[in-house]
Amino acid sequence: MLKNRIIPCLDVKNGRVVKGINFVDLQDAGDPVEQAKIYSDGGADEICFLDITASNENRDTIYDVVKKTSKKCFVPLTVGGGVRSVEDINKLLNCGADKVSINTAAVQNPEVVVESSKKFGSQCIVVAIDAKKKDDKWEIFTHGGRNNTGIDAIEFAKKMEDSGAGELLVTSMDRDGTQVGYDIELMSKISSMVNIPVIASGGVGNLNHLVDGIKLGNASAVLAASIFHYGKHSIKEAKEYLDSKGIPVRI
Amino acid sequence: MNVTIVDYNSGNISSVINSFKEVAKDKVNIKVTSDLNKIKSSDKVVLPGQGSFKSCVDALNNIRGLVDTLNEFAVSNKKPLLGICVGLQMFADIGYEETETKGLGWISGKVSKIDNQNGKFKLPHIGWNQINIVKDSKIFKDIENNSHMYFVHSYEFIPNDKSVISGTTDYSSNIVCSVEKENIFGTQFHPEKSDKTGLKIIDNFISL
Repeated sequence: MLKNRIIPCLDVKNGRVVKGINFVDLQDAGDPVEQAKIYSDGGADEICFLDITASNENRDTIYDVVKKTSKKCFVPLTVGGGVRSVEDINKLLNCGADKVSINTAAVQNPEVVVESSKKFGSQCIVVAIDAKKKDDKWEIFTHGGRNNTGIDAIEFAKKMEDSGAGELLVTSMDRDGTQVGYDIELMSKISSMVNIPVIASGGVGNLNHLVDGIKLGNASAVLAASIFHYGKHSIKEAKEYLDSKGIPVRI
Repeated sequence: MNVTIVDYNSGNISSVINSFKEVAKDKVNIKVTSDLNKIKSSDKVVLPGQGSFKSCVDALNNIRGLVDTLNEFAVSNKKPLLGICVGLQMFADIGYEETETKGLGWISGKVSKIDNQNGKFKLPHIGWNQINIVKDSKIFKDIENNSHMYFVHSYEFIPNDKSVISGTTDYSSNIVCSVEKENIFGTQFHPEKSDKTGLKIIDNFISL
């Protein structure tokens, strides 16, 4: 039976791990290579790096981090943040990333998704959707949550599947950093709209939120950051908890 | 001993290289090349593959003499070869991804899209799934039945002769996840991404 995945996400800035509260107030929480190794040894099903300074200077630091991590971690590694072009994707894959997540570029130029999924295969193309609720729909935000595009998130999700995305990483901008739980309605709406796996993200504050993301949000995988890397919970605890709630996990 | 990972522009093979180097340490030379003479002189060959069946077969054919060299290595000389993911799928006679494409024909059978039962199962089949070992395979030495392996694929290999199947996994139906036919080995899952148990499979192959 296919297991639901738990994916710790490390926000990386200038080669160091940080986690934003609604993308501001950054706190340094250590070396990404070491942290990734701790997570993979602890049973993380995948590791995700989000390079949050990627669009600015020090862009190349992430390549070095990916190179070092991929020599030590033998579980899938997803890298996102500032990925603009097919060439950026190529470079990250060559450094040892297994999947690349594309956010702003997928919105501005969906051809990047079409081209890269043809060139490298859908299995390594993750489209990251940052969405915020407005009235009874959700709108896509880009540039790390700064720009509102007005694009409908549910329709966009379907479009990305058709463009060749292998997975969707769906983040609720309303919930990110708040620790009040995933936006379940958003997750389940997107999950029922597409036939590719959905990774739920944004808002995890306790282990029950992970359960909700899978059971109620129908996510194939749950991504979380701060509950893991400030030592609040270990991956093992999270998996045992999910297991106790009847969710299939790799233990 | 020399183990060659065939580099034929089949997509991202960094993880395959990293994992084989991690396991090989200094005991074994890991080469990454499409040089025909280097492949011929290798003791073992790894055939990775990402992307579509068609794109991988096209990429193999784009390197003059590569298919003949692989045939000689695996079929005539019967030296150990491990296919991973689409690398395994290409053992088939024919694949149906994108368009009907001829495979290497080493293990008679076809590669078709996984039946997702009208959307009941998401595709690609991505993540950790348990393998059901159905026959003794040298690459499964000290691997427990029901071990978890990492999968990413939408197509499955359906061999005609079921006796080549060494493992299956349950996703929509019983999917072939590993084969062994004499010197030819293949895994649909990614041992290079399957943590310690995956590295053990790589070790088993290197130690054949």
